Amino acid sequence: MAARPRNTGLVVGLVLVGLVVLAALVSFLWTPHDPVKVDAAHRLLGPGGANLFGTDKFGRDVVSQLMVGARTTLYVGVVAVGIAAVIGTPLGILAAMTPRWLGEFVMRVNDLVLAFPALLLAIMFGAVFGADTLTAMVAIGIATIPSFARIARSGALQILSSEFVLAARSAGRSRLTIAVRHVVPNISGLLIVQASVSFAIAVLAEAALSFLGFGTRPPTPSWGRMLQESQELLTSYPRLALVPGLAIAVAVLGFNLLGDGLRDRLDPRLAARL
Amino acid sequence: MSVKVLRRLAILLVSVFAASIVVFLFMAVLPGDPAQVALGVNATPELIAKTRAEFGIDRPLVTQYFDWIGGVLRGDFGRSYVTREAIGPQLLDRLGVTLWLVGAGMLIAVVLAIPLGTFAAVRHRKPSGAGVSGLAQLGVAIPAFLAGIILVQIFAVRLRWLPSGGWTPPDQDFGDFLRGLVLPALSLGLVQGAVVTRYVRSAVLDTLGQDYLRTARSKGLRPGQALYRHGLRNAAVPVVTVLGLQLATLLIGAVVVERVFVLPGLGSMLLDAVSARDLLTVQGIVLVLVVGVLLVNFVVDVLYTVLDPRLRGS
Amino acid sequence: MLEVRGLGIRDLVRDVSFEIGAGERVGLIGESGSGKSLTALSVMGLLPEELTASGSIRLDGRELLGVSEKDMSRLRGNELAMVFQEPMTALNPAMRVGRQVAEPIRIHGTHREPRKAAEELLDSVGLPGTSRAYPHQLSGGQRQRVVLAIALANNPKLLICDEPTTALDVTVQAQILGLIRTRLAERSALLFITHDLAVVAEVCERVLVMLDGELVEAGTTREVLTAPKHEYTRELLAASDLEARR
Repeated sequence: MAARPRNTGLVVGLVLVGLVVLAALVSFLWTPHDPVKVDAAHRLLGPGGANLFGTDKFGRDVVSQLMVGARTTLYVGVVAVGIAAVIGTPLGILAAMTPRWLGEFVMRVNDLVLAFPALLLAIMFGAVFGADTLTAMVAIGIATIPSFARIARSGALQILSSEFVLAARSAGRSRLTIAVRHVVPNISGLLIVQASVSFAIAVLAEAALSFLGFGTRPPTPSWGRMLQESQELLTSYPRLALVPGLAIAVAVLGFNLLGDGLRDRLDPRLAARL
Repeated sequence: MSVKVLRRLAILLVSVFAASIVVFLFMAVLPGDPAQVALGVNATPELIAKTRAEFGIDRPLVTQYFDWIGGVLRGDFGRSYVTREAIGPQLLDRLGVTLWLVGAGMLIAVVLAIPLGTFAAVRHRKPSGAGVSGLAQLGVAIPAFLAGIILVQIFAVRLRWLPSGGWTPPDQDFGDFLRGLVLPALSLGLVQGAVVTRYVRSAVLDTLGQDYLRTARSKGLRPGQALYRHGLRNAAVPVVTVLGLQLATLLIGAVVVERVFVLPGLGSMLLDAVSARDLLTVQGIVLVLVVGVLLVNFVVDVLYTVLDPRLRGS
Repeated sequence: MLEVRGLGIRDLVRDVSFEIGAGERVGLIGESGSGKSLTALSVMGLLPEELTASGSIRLDGRELLGVSEKDMSRLRGNELAMVFQEPMTALNPAMRVGRQVAEPIRIHGTHREPRKAAEELLDSVGLPGTSRAYPHQLSGGQRQRVVLAIALANNPKLLICDEPTTALDVTVQAQILGLIRTRLAERSALLFITHDLAVVAEVCERVLVMLDGELVEAGTTREVLTAPKHEYTRELLAASDLEARR
């Protein structure tokens, strides 16, 4: 009874994420118009006709920008979550398997990183290196490391105390073998859930950064910047802000629902304990 | 004060110290030197050298660090490389604006989330409960700046009830201050409220299944009374953690909302300082924000032991 | 005093009927999943939300099934009380023990000084001076005594114990059983759920046997334990070490 709405969540999540991915993939092959072509003659066209959602203040086609913007969103998300997973997971497992003091130390450093939220880190990077997509991705990635380290550590601690690991230990398997053969496969479900949730946060962070001018640089289309560029025209052309805003919401909602749905598919007791 | 709190306090102090080193080094090891960056490419080598000497950038890093952090401890954040004005007083002024915004946003979030989350948990099998959960899920997906843009569109542009931006200090005109605070605080609070609603729901849902709630019912408490007297305090433990984490998020989220509503807070000061390449100011603001996050985490950990007697050392 | 007629809960409990007189101590035995606990919970009116009971449950002639939540909560903790199986989780971890014991007294207004009454109750179950303790500072057996003190607070007409000693070790079990026997008022009835026949023999005058949601045997403890009529009761007896302990 209670499981039904959750399953619907998973399906809706898959559909929404699928929509974003599809838009991004198709944009490599085809967009209705050139997304970056400035066309003064066709500024601020209304929806319908040749431009489904109209054109912006530079005469660029909104749908085409949206499709290529999906690419930016996914690109930033994949790289940021990738950085966080590749660094955070081994750190978490390390903290679980090494002597207590070392594990404590790793987690303290982790807490310190947690004090530098993604947005702040990205602005710092921007201040020093000049802001672009790369600094945004790296900053979001670093800021996401602690959540992966935490989930990996608590998952690993649980696996390590289980009987099959004790058996493997008494059979003389090395720590590395145990980590690779037993711990990683058993916490992969948790990590996938974390990846999905972190992806949603990364999408929001990228949008906010591009909105502030600390993310993707023009002319590369980005949903956050589309919003920022349309802010001044809000009164007369609200759709220009609402369309990218809706796209951001769809992507975030999709990844969140996907994460929640996957979590319920996993052993729910395990998820609850972590 | 228990040993645990003292231990946690020690961790806080070490973390603040470590964070200040990270912030300092980050700004110090950048490619190019801060005087060059601040003065621009056209500056003569003489001028750069003079500026370096003036601000003490030519000294060893260790000396610079202790000079900086020593000043910060006395409330002196140094002078801006660009405007040559003292950073501290302005920073304090801007911090006030941000704290009002964050405080009001958090208040809105909590006032919304506790009843809504509890409702969604108690009625989780019914359509009304599922509806609230769905709305919360939707709210989480909306960026605060989008919420801000939409709120301005409705309440400032269409209805003309509230200003679309700007700031009046509370001691100047309290009515104007409140009117100016409403929309930015709402844009932060509505979105955060959605996040917190989800956590309140899951915490209360967890509590509803506990044996002690059944014991409470068997004493003669009605379901609502049992939840109120025995459930909420226990549900508060995980929610407080989330509130702490969210408070940190709000502190940073305020940066974006301040930009939307043109508020003279710490966030807009930070963005202006970055555009002006005023690195010492950036360094000071980042330190304040990071220490703010660390402080919030400390308070949450202490609150945790207050709320859950099991965590108190015996 | 308690009259259960044709009690049904989906197909989990079917057509269960029994009576308990004032001052009578009745055991309800059967394996887990036989419907013992559901039967007890429906007397308390505390069935899980998704289940409803049909039939009739009367306390002193008053029908309990279908009664409003408000009226039911006036009986609970006052005329009806219950002790649960798991003492570790039955108490609120964030509330001092004394306040938890005082609560039923406060709710039903049965004593002018609930705090003082609670301390006396804690004394009577052998836990003097613990009213300021938190549950985690007590052992499992001590916590079960607290739960018992809560249940006995208002001298209930009927006390239901749902496997109150299963989670405890043997010496502690004996203490709890002793307390139930000595502290429960003469006129109070007891419904004692267990799967332990030795406990039944020690505490109960009459026994009800449940199997797959139905009542299959009823009689005095002596009759049922020495001359069981139903095949299942014989199996239960054979499987228990009751003979060996005698």
